[in-house]
Amino acid sequence: MIYRETGQFKANYADDQALFPIAQDRYVIYAVLFATFAVVPMILNQYWLNAIILPFLIYSLAALGLNVLTGYCGQVSLGTGGFMAVGAFSIYKLMVAVPELGFITLVILSGIITAAVGALFGLPSLRIKGFYLAVATLASQFFLIWLFNKVGWFFNYNATGMITSPPMTIFGVLVTGPEATVTAKYFLVASIVAVFALVAKNLARGRFGRNWMAIRDMDIAAELIGVRPLIAKLSAFAVSSFYIGMAGALYFAVWLGSAEPTEAFDINQSFLVLFMIIIGGLGSVLGSFLGAGFLVLMPILLKNILVDGFGTDSALAAHIEIMTVGALIIIFLIVEPHGLARLWRIAKEKLRLWPFPY
Amino acid sequence: MSARQFGDTILEVNNISLSFGVMKVLDNISFDIKKGEIRSIIGPNGAGKSSMLNVINGFYHPQEGTITFKGETRKAMAPHVAASHGIARTFQNIALFKGMSTLDNIMTGRNLKMKTNIFWQALHLGPARKEELENREAAERIIDFLDIQAIRKKPVGKLPYGLQKRVELGRALAAEPELLLLDEPMAGMNSEEKEDMSRFIIDVNDEFGTTIALIEHDMGVVMDLSDRVVVLDYGKQLADGFPEEVRANQKVIDAYLGVPHE
Ligand SMILES: Nc1ncnc2c1ncn2[C@@H]1O[C@H](COP(=O)(O)OP(=O)(O)OP(=O)(O)O)[C@@H](O)[C@H]1O
Ligand SMILES: [Mg+2]
Repeated sequence: MIYRETGQFKANYADDQALFPIAQDRYVIYAVLFATFAVVPMILNQYWLNAIILPFLIYSLAALGLNVLTGYCGQVSLGTGGFMAVGAFSIYKLMVAVPELGFITLVILSGIITAAVGALFGLPSLRIKGFYLAVATLASQFFLIWLFNKVGWFFNYNATGMITSPPMTIFGVLVTGPEATVTAKYFLVASIVAVFALVAKNLARGRFGRNWMAIRDMDIAAELIGVRPLIAKLSAFAVSSFYIGMAGALYFAVWLGSAEPTEAFDINQSFLVLFMIIIGGLGSVLGSFLGAGFLVLMPILLKNILVDGFGTDSALAAHIEIMTVGALIIIFLIVEPHGLARLWRIAKEKLRLWPFPY
Repeated sequence: MSARQFGDTILEVNNISLSFGVMKVLDNISFDIKKGEIRSIIGPNGAGKSSMLNVINGFYHPQEGTITFKGETRKAMAPHVAASHGIARTFQNIALFKGMSTLDNIMTGRNLKMKTNIFWQALHLGPARKEELENREAAERIIDFLDIQAIRKKPVGKLPYGLQKRVELGRALAAEPELLLLDEPMAGMNSEEKEDMSRFIIDVNDEFGTTIALIEHDMGVVMDLSDRVVVLDYGKQLADGFPEEVRANQKVIDAYLGVPHE
């Protein structure tokens, strides 16, 4: 009985409401935070940090955002790539125009701009649901990418149509531009993700989270107990887009360094983030991380095993990767809609009983 | 129970007519509900009972007639407005939030009591935390009242039918409504569960003074619980009165009871 709930009685509701009411869960979180800020940057080399950990963290932020909308509020969106592009172009314009505000402020501002755009594109959700809403968000994806390609103002009339992130510092340390170290980028991204994961958890367990889930589970009943669909749905779109916009801003400004909208933010991004939350777990903060981790790591592992291990042709390996993801999506949708996060919970339940089977 | 005395009228239904296309679902219905009473709406399947509740809480908009609630007359209103005026309900086919726990369902019922903005919520500090705790205490009182402590953290989708009905009552009570609309709260229950539910309805009415509009098919329950009964049949109002009057009414016997009851 390493992991247990029994015997941990809560003397008051405040303790029971706590973020992680079970002591073991709290220790896990402390351990994760310690690992994130002390161990990982020490032991992982630049390649790992840059090729795996940074995209993992940034995609986790995007997955958290989509999970608010799709997992918690039940509104399907295929516009994630487009909203990431809004975040990226916002921060680009801001970095050029008002760098004096400081990088973190600009990231948050980009999120706020994307939130406004997301709420606007969320308006159809008040009338349409499910498949039709998915198609509407798909249209917004194509519209946004078209806009960023077409209107020169967004990329400052650059001849190539590319945007490149100028160097910026936080406390004198470079975090963007070609001179910035991977370690600096890592600390920046990890801090932002840690803070906003906590915010997501707070929102999910409070009134907003409950109202989103109420709309998802039974919108008529929700309305009859005073949940306003307008406010619940648009707030989900706004919060979701806020996260996705920040993810897009970091993806471009910190990780890629320069980007071209069609390539960096196309429809594949939308599907990738959607697959992350399906595999990780709909309606779960932890699931957003698990799904992002899984889909960032899996192609690299597969490539290492197939191409380097068995000498498989790399084109074939790419096909195998696509097939694996496809199969997993189907399996998770049919067998375990709550994804890896749910498997984790089942494992905890087993641990609670261990070593006694009953 | 018909000896109980009641004061003001809390709800007045005036000449309500509702159609879907050519089908007239409610035809010139008028009745009132007095503050503190248990008012039953009965009638055969398809009589328009559920539609009547849907009109009262703003989900259906009638073509004709008005509703006066707490002195305010209106033709139609949005459901969330009805909720904010103090009308709560349960559904004939349970409409719980299946993916959420019992506690979260009941907490969602307190939505209108909670006001802190998204920034405090995001931090879960200060007023947001205080508000969450206060409402948690209120939710726990309802959980104790309905004796569902053991399923507090369970997802409601997996609970047995009778318990789901109870949780749904809890969610409606959480709003501290002045008028509670119950659409067949005992449908599909065994007699023991029905007794429990009857007890809860009486206690809600007694302890909280909540006015109740009840739709129920079980005549025994209706006769026991109701102060007054209105009878619908094919959208028409057949009778309205004390339980014993309604039971003795020949039109009701012919249309609804088929044979004289008991
Ligand atoms: N939204 C709707 N659209 C079309 N017809 C409807 C709608 N709602 C109800 N009706 C019709 O109105 C009639 C009355 O339905 P209602 O659900 O109010 O009956 P009821 O008295 O509650 O019956 P039951 O005892 O079976 O619950 C039925 O014929 C039903 O098909
Ligand atoms: Mg009905």
